[in-house]
Amino acid sequence: MTELAIKKKQRPKNLDLSTIRLPLPGKVSILHRVSGVGIFLCLPLILALFQWSLSDEGFASVQAVVNNPIGKLVLLGLIWAYLHHFCAGIRFLLLDWHIGIDLPSARKSAGLVLIISLTLTAIIGGTLLW
Amino acid sequence: MKRNVVGAHYGLTTWIAQRATAVLMAVYTVIFLVAVLAVQPGTVDAWRGIFANGFMKFVTFLFFLSLFYHAWIGIRDLWMDYIKPTGLRLSLHVLTIAVLIGYAGWASKILWSL
Repeated sequence: MTELAIKKKQRPKNLDLSTIRLPLPGKVSILHRVSGVGIFLCLPLILALFQWSLSDEGFASVQAVVNNPIGKLVLLGLIWAYLHHFCAGIRFLLLDWHIGIDLPSARKSAGLVLIISLTLTAIIGGTLLW
Repeated sequence: MKRNVVGAHYGLTTWIAQRATAVLMAVYTVIFLVAVLAVQPGTVDAWRGIFANGFMKFVTFLFFLSLFYHAWIGIRDLWMDYIKPTGLRLSLHVLTIAVLIGYAGWASKILWSL
C-alpha cells in the first residue's frame, strides 16, 4: 500500500447520522432521493388510480379517494414528492452546467427549491384536489 | 479499470439518459397541467377526452417510459449505494427491471384501451 493510501485509511470517519448536521443543500439532496423512492414505491398505486379514473365505474371511486381526507393527504404527499423531485432535479441540471456552484449560490438555490416546491404543491395540489 | 458485474455502465450513457428522461418528463408535466386546466375534467368523458387523441396518447406513453427508465437508473443507484453483496444486488437489479417492464406493459394497456 502506498503512503497516501495508508494515510487515507487512517482518516477519522464520522458516519453517525444522529450527530451530523446536514447543511441545506444536503437536506435537499436527501429529500430528492426520499421523494424519488416514494414515487417509485407508489407507482402501482398511481397506475391503478389512472386506470380506474378512465373507466365509467372507476371515475367515481377515484373521485371518492380524492374527497377522502386520507386519500387527499396521500395524493398531496405524492404531488409534493413529484414537485420537490422536479425542482431539485432542475437545480441539479443547472449545477451540471456549472451554474450556481459557488457555496452561497448553492445554499440559496437549495432554499429556493424547498420554498418553490412547497408553493407549487399548495397551488397545483389545491387546484387538482379541491 | 476493475469492472464489477453489478457495477454501473462505466460510461456517459446512463448519466445522460437520466437527464434526458428528466427533461422529457418536465416538458410533459407542463403539457399535462395545461391540458387539465384547459379541459377542467369534471366528467369521465372529459377526462378520457384528454388522452383520446393520438398526440396525447403518444406523449403520455413517452412520459411513462421516461418515468420507468428514470426510475431504473435512480433505484439502481440506490442498490449500488446501500447493497454491497453482489448476488443480492444483482437480484434486486433484476427484480427492479422486471417490475418496471411490467409497469410499461400496464401503462400501454391503459392508454390503448381507451
